[in-house]
Amino acid sequence: MIVAEKKPIEEIIDYVKDFQKLLIAGCNECVTVCEAGGKKEVGILASALRMYFMNEGKKVDIDEVTLERQCDHEYLEEIRDRIDQYDAVLSLACGVGVQFMAEKYFSTPVFPGVNTCFMGAAEERGVWSERCQGCGQCILGKTAGICPISRCAKRLLNGPCGGSTKGKCEISKDLDCAWQLIIDRLKELDRFDEYEQIMPIKDWSTERAGGPRKVVREDVRL
Amino acid sequence: MSTRTPSKLEKILAAGHLAVTSECGPPRGSDPEAITRKAEMIKDYVDAINITDNQTSMTRLCSLASCIHLKKMGVEPTLQMVTRDRNRIALQSDILGAASFDIYNILCLSGDHQNFGDSAQGQNVFDIDSMQLIQTVRLMRDEGKFLGGDEIKRPPQMFVGAAANPFADPFEIRVPRLAKKIAAGVEFIQTQCIYNLEKFELWLKQARDRGLHEKVYILAGVTPFKSAGMAKYMKNRVPGMDVPDEVVKRMSGVPKEKQAQEGIDICVETIQRLKEVEGVKGFHIMAIEWEEKVPEIVERGGLYPRPKVVDD
Repeated sequence: MIVAEKKPIEEIIDYVKDFQKLLIAGCNECVTVCEAGGKKEVGILASALRMYFMNEGKKVDIDEVTLERQCDHEYLEEIRDRIDQYDAVLSLACGVGVQFMAEKYFSTPVFPGVNTCFMGAAEERGVWSERCQGCGQCILGKTAGICPISRCAKRLLNGPCGGSTKGKCEISKDLDCAWQLIIDRLKELDRFDEYEQIMPIKDWSTERAGGPRKVVREDVRL
Repeated sequence: MSTRTPSKLEKILAAGHLAVTSECGPPRGSDPEAITRKAEMIKDYVDAINITDNQTSMTRLCSLASCIHLKKMGVEPTLQMVTRDRNRIALQSDILGAASFDIYNILCLSGDHQNFGDSAQGQNVFDIDSMQLIQTVRLMRDEGKFLGGDEIKRPPQMFVGAAANPFADPFEIRVPRLAKKIAAGVEFIQTQCIYNLEKFELWLKQARDRGLHEKVYILAGVTPFKSAGMAKYMKNRVPGMDVPDEVVKRMSGVPKEKQAQEGIDICVETIQRLKEVEGVKGFHIMAIEWEEKVPEIVERGGLYPRPKVVDD
């Protein structure tokens, strides 16, 4: 899923302090699962802002809504008939949702309520970590199912570097060395001899480097 | 062994001599004397001098310009090049730039993460890794081609080196990793600083068992401790460094004013012992900001005078 973190309330206040009618829009997908922008967080943020405005002696109306998804036309359309009532929208969706909201409601200011961090997994309750950078050409089949692009600090295709110490990365003792994980799993799979195959220079054109990306599937287009 | 480049370092190794290299870190400023002064101290005691490339990710005068300063004073430089800061365009371009000044040695590295230095908020590149940089230089040199496939006019003539750290984890891949670098085309290796001689000798034995010592020239890396504090720091704080307790104890066991000499003694003893180990083809002396001690280490290590080789 896409993992996000709540923005500091001060930053959010700075965005919205001059509006009179606000809509806080949550998203029921990834940001709900990582507890940054779902219905619960919408409620908490709305209460915090109401208290702030009350203390400031300002009358600001704040409405709440949580859409099934903000990255889909269908669900964003659900607020079309009332979007004009608001001076601004505070979207707690990931950066994709915020942008899709802004594209759809062109004349309404839209502000982000979360920092979108990465594509990752829930390691345990309250701990999420990165697993994928969307490079566009998955190599997991060659790296024992562990991604060195997203999990090695130097994204080395032929690691580990000389900084790997006791299974940890040179940049942090809290970070596993991705190549140690790869080697451990290659051994478990009885494929350790594959370690000596040199991974060729990667074509990064399908990654961010190639410019904004698009997937077009003629077979599923209407 | 025959040589493939005009590199003096390669010629010395090919002639069967124990080679001696050292390194100088460029200054955090633009004074060329900061390099030439260091080089002047050691030039008659070493065969080539590495110039580090923004080591520990601290921004410094660039390796290429520093190498040119060495070249101008008649010293053979080894251009260290990390893949952290340059994409494949910049790497190839700098290799050609170095070749245009007839720089004949290159050391291919990935580089410390920028997290360690003065630009922790900066981007890193890592378009390719050190293994792939070795392949790149070999392609440019041997086939006269860019990575993109086009022909290079007057290709670089560089003796291609890389680092090896016998002490990093996991130990079991350290020899396979050396084999991988050899397969990528590396011709000489400079190792991480050696303090744990048993572990180094075990690594080299495993390399010999696979015949790797005959496919690459291995220069053993040594760094003298200036103090017991430095030994402790390297043991505890530097990733991938293996300083055994007894070495720290030995340094701590002498009075402060004698620790520097003890550090030199350990370094000399390391050289004397490793000279006898099959597969060690020379030494890479990294006297960090202590270049003035290199002549003493070389002389006492029995590596002086340096052999003369005939230029092409």
